[in-house]
This record gives sequence, structure tokens and C-alpha cells, in this order.
Amino acid sequence: MTNDTILLGAVAYDPKVVTIWEGFKAWFSDHDLPFDVVLYTNYERQVEAHVRGHFDVAWNSPLAWLQLERAAARIGRAAHAIVMRDTDRDLTSVVVVRADSPVKTLADLKGRTIAVGAHDSPQATLIPLEHLRAHGLQPGRDVEVRHFDVLVGKHGDHIGGERDAARALVAGEVEAACMIDGNHLLFAREGVLAPGSTRILAQTEPYDHCNFSVLDDPKRPILAKFARLLLGMSYEDPTVRTLMDLEGLKAWLPGRTSGYAQLARAVDAFGTIDAFVAQLAEGRA
Amino acid sequence: MSDPGEPDSSIELGSLGLDRGADVVLARALARPGTRVHVHGDAPELAVHLGAWCRARGHVVVEIREEPDGVHATIESGPHADVRRTGATRAGAVDPRSDGAVVDAPDPAWGLAARGALVEAGTPPMSFALRHKHDVWADEAPQLYAQAAAAQWDPATAIPWDAPLEHDDAIEDAIVQVMTYLVENETAALLVPARFLAQIHPHFREVLQVLAVQVADEARHIEVFTRRARLRRDVLGTSSAGGQASLQTLVEEPDFAEASFLLSVLGEGSFLSLLWFLHEHAPDPITRAVARLAAQDEARHVAFGLAHLGRHLAIEPDLAGRLARAVQRRHDALAHTAGLNADVFEALVLVAAGSLEPHAIEAGHAAVRALVQDMDVGRRRRLQRLGFDDTRARAISELHTRNFM
Repeated sequence: MTNDTILLGAVAYDPKVVTIWEGFKAWFSDHDLPFDVVLYTNYERQVEAHVRGHFDVAWNSPLAWLQLERAAARIGRAAHAIVMRDTDRDLTSVVVVRADSPVKTLADLKGRTIAVGAHDSPQATLIPLEHLRAHGLQPGRDVEVRHFDVLVGKHGDHIGGERDAARALVAGEVEAACMIDGNHLLFAREGVLAPGSTRILAQTEPYDHCNFSVLDDPKRPILAKFARLLLGMSYEDPTVRTLMDLEGLKAWLPGRTSGYAQLARAVDAFGTIDAFVAQLAEGRA
Repeated sequence: MSDPGEPDSSIELGSLGLDRGADVVLARALARPGTRVHVHGDAPELAVHLGAWCRARGHVVVEIREEPDGVHATIESGPHADVRRTGATRAGAVDPRSDGAVVDAPDPAWGLAARGALVEAGTPPMSFALRHKHDVWADEAPQLYAQAAAAQWDPATAIPWDAPLEHDDAIEDAIVQVMTYLVENETAALLVPARFLAQIHPHFREVLQVLAVQVADEARHIEVFTRRARLRRDVLGTSSAGGQASLQTLVEEPDFAEASFLLSVLGEGSFLSLLWFLHEHAPDPITRAVARLAAQDEARHVAFGLAHLGRHLAIEPDLAGRLARAVQRRHDALAHTAGLNADVFEALVLVAAGSLEPHAIEAGHAAVRALVQDMDVGRRRRLQRLGFDDTRARAISELHTRNFM
């Protein structure tokens, strides 16, 4: 790593990740910002490497953001979310049942089985289960939870777990399934969920998703330039439009951390990241 | 930008949900950036889906209410609603007769887009070696394609396969040898346009279509010649080293203009004479029919070769020298080879003779000599059509391969 190169850490949750970051690398180079990327197979390894100073900025899942933020706080450092996608803001997740299900309210789920995504998926597991918990249904006690663990460590970025949960719902293996609002539409389009065959039982409050995270001083010139270039990236520019389509955004927006409260409550309630954060803070991770 | 309070339009979705195609209606209404649209519908999941759909497309849900009669939402289209048209280019025009429809050098980024389509900026360029109009285009291409499409014939029904074969075994053997030779040569005539098809910029759609039908024509010719050979024989005739050496120089010719010249103008042109010769002299109606039908197709192939080379020569007169040198080069490369398969020559004599009787053989031999002369006359005529003077046409024709194709 040279001093004038900004190094990004990112998780390779899909082969397209290589295409995306290679494309951005060329674009940053055209804008006089040497840029390179280190790919990790899981977010825990990435967060650990970030704390150890292996790169400058991380493309973090919301769960990785909380891991980084909490570990940093424990060692007297500060994490900052500097940039995020327009589509990272105000997502919701939904709890879906079959249209003909006798389940009419969340309370009716008591004693039944609910399908969720991977153990570490904020959108398809942690936030929906927190929603259930807040409505008096303790996962594992009041409802049986069936996880569809596809690529654990990738924090649900790979939607295979959500799709498998939806398939289990259609197959009658579970009474309900959890997914992002947009994936309920996507699965209808894919034919996984026939239109009209399911009913949305509940919808969570809005929450935020990924962000570019940095540690310590977010105003370092190289980070400031990185953020400035991203925020100036235009969907009208055909050289990056394909990459933005792949990454699923129309515009980059300033990072904000107000949208992670639901997930924070979930990980507090379920103890999801406590051990990892403790290990990291103590240098044991 | 519209008045922030008042929607520009209103959409009634009824029970149509976003999981059943409501996005088609919404996308049209929100096509212009800054447009405000009031949406009403009573599909069960409309409120959830509207939020997700708008977020993914960069639209803003200004307001959304669930009321007894369904969902009422106000949506403002985002600034990127029609951005895909920014910088998009029109790839010529669909009608080849309109001005500027077929451009001289289509953009590699137009790629596989239909000619006349609006092509989004940022489309990855595709590499087509033949991307200049003068290399491939002929104004006659649309008509030639239309004629070719209309003239396709069904081998199963166009040929009287059940007609009796009453000639001698020796004549049948000769016909089998000629068919064997024709299959070999038509295979070369299939491969040459097929090789160039993938190199031509699809902007020249009609050229692709002409060549594609040409390939299909040759496939059909190979079928009927093979079927004719097998009517009374289980084994085919011979394939000579000289004949294949000649065809190899044709199949491996890397330049489209030179390959077209060698194949269509000289080779298939010569084959026109050969096929009409077979139509005239073959003893049975089946052979006469396959020869006639193949000749009709080959005439179109020759016509296209003449048309696009004529246009190319008019734009680039120096091409004439290059074409002449290609014939010379091929002649030199084949100088050490035996030329036409001797078995084929004898077979042609026998077909024209109709028997092994000496006087018949003499007549058949004369007919084949006349055929070779007729081929030469035809080649010179076509060369003159391309602008070669008589002396040069005669010289080029004489250098043409003795294998005919």
C-alpha cells in the first residue's frame, strides 16, 4: 500500500463484486485517485483487518458497521459512516404468510415456525426477529425459527437464504418467511412467489443498510477526496452507470448512522456480536 | 418541475399490483424527472411494494396513505428517470433506402442493436473486423435477401426423387463422382460466407441476411447432392489432393473482398456453367432438378458478390489490383497441384456422353471442352461487369483455378 493509494476492504459475496470494484478502480484512476481493493470472504475478517489498519475504508454491511463501531468504541477509537447508496436508506423488511394462511396477526404466529435468512442477515433475520420480539414473540420460545444459512459471514448480502426461506413458505414447510420489501416483489417477478399467493403480515420500521466506514479522522485528505468523488459520481455518466446498476444505486449520499437503531436493538437482544466485538477489542479476534 | 403541491397526473391502478405489472403503468407516468403523480389502487401489498419500487428506481414517495378505498400515494419521479436516453445515439435508420440509414462506419458500440434502434451510451463496444460500409454493402442486398427468402425450396418435395433411373451403371458411377465433387465444393462455399458472417458489423443487417441464406442454400445443396449420389450407390466417389488444395486456398482466404471475388465471381460463377451443363446433359430428371435448383441459388450468390464488389471498386479503385493479385497468388500456390480431379473430368465426359460408345465419348468430351470455354466466357463477362478491361479479364480468367470453384 502506498500513501497516495486509497485501499478499500470489501466482501466478495458474489462474482460481480470483482467487476464492480475493478470498474470503480478505473474510474477513480481517471479522477486522479489511486484506488485498490482487498476482497475478504466474510465481514468478520474484514472488520478485524480494518481495526488492524490493513486498509483505509470498508464497504460494510449494517452488521459489520455495528461490529466496527462497537469494537472501535471499546478501544478508544471512532468509526464513521462517510458515504452510502441512495438505496441503503429506509429499507423495510416484511413477514410474509401464504394468502390462505389462518395467521392474521403477528400474535397468531405463536407456536408456529418462521423461516428467516442466514443467521447474520440483518434484513432477513435479525431485524424481522427483533420486530417479532418487540411484539411479544420471543424467537426460539414463542416461535420456532428455521434459518436458511446461505454463505454465513456475508451478512445476508447473498439473497439465496431469503429465496430459500420464500420457497419453504410456498412448500408449506413453514408458516411465515422474512425478506426485504423489495425482494417480495423480486421473488414474484422470478416466479418464486406467485402473485397473490402470499400476504404481508407485518412490515418493520425503516432501517438503513450498507455504508463506507472509516476509523478515526474521516477528514483525512485522501478520505475526503474519496467521499467527494463518490458524491459527485453521476448516473448520467455512461462509464459508471453499468457499475451503479450492478451495485444497485442511482446516487451516492452522505453516510448517516441514524438508521441502525433497530439492528442495534436486535444484536443487543440476541447477543449476536458481543463475543466477536469483545475478542476484537481485546486483540483476540 | 411541477408545483410541489399538485400532482401532474393521476393513475388509477384498481387491483393491479406491482407484482402483476403495475410498474409498466407507473414507469410511463414517471418517465420525466420531477413529475408528480397521484396513484390510487387497492392491491393488497401496494403500499409496501410502492416504497420498495420507488427506492430502487430513485423516485420519491412524497406521501402515502392507506384509506378504506385503498392506497393513495403521491410519487415524484427522480432526476434519473430518463437518464438512459442521455447520450444515446440512433443507430442509423431501419429503412435502408432512407438518407443516412446505413452509415459508412457504424459505431462498434452499436454492437448487436437493430439498425435504427436508440442505443444507450456506455454500451460496450463489440469488435467486428468488417465494419465499413464499402467492405460489405450492396444496395441490392435487401432485394437479394427478399428474393432468396422467397425462393427457398424444400428438398423433400422440389425434386422428383421417385423418378426412374434407367441409365447404365457406368453413367450412374459418373454421376456419383460428380455429386461427390459438388458436395466437397459446396462445403467450401458454405464455410466461406459462414466465416465472414461473424465478422460483419450487424448494422449491415441485409448483408448478414443474404450471407446467412447463402449458407443455408449451400447446406441444402450438400443435402440434395448427397441424396442424389446415394440413390443407387452406398459409397461415394473420390476426393483429390489437388481439388482440396484449391479449396483450401479459398477457405483460408482472410480478406472478405478477395474471398468474395474468388468464391462468388469466379468460383460460383464457373459453377453456374457446370450446373446448367448437368441440367442439360444428365440422363435422369432427378439430377437435372438438383442441378437446376442449385444453379438458381448460385445465381443469387454471384449477383451479391458482383453487387458489393462493384460498389467497393467504385469507391476504392485500387481494389482491382488487389483482386487480380489474389487470383495470381492463388494460381501460383496451386501451380504444383494437379488441378481438377481426373475422375471428375472423366465423369463429366461420361455424363455428357451418356454411354461408353466411342462416338458418344467424343461428343461428351467436346461438350466438356465447351463447358470449360463457357466458364471462361462467363468469368470474363462478370469481370468486365466489375470494370476489368477485356485483356485483364481474359488474363484473370485464365489464372482461375482448374478445379472450377
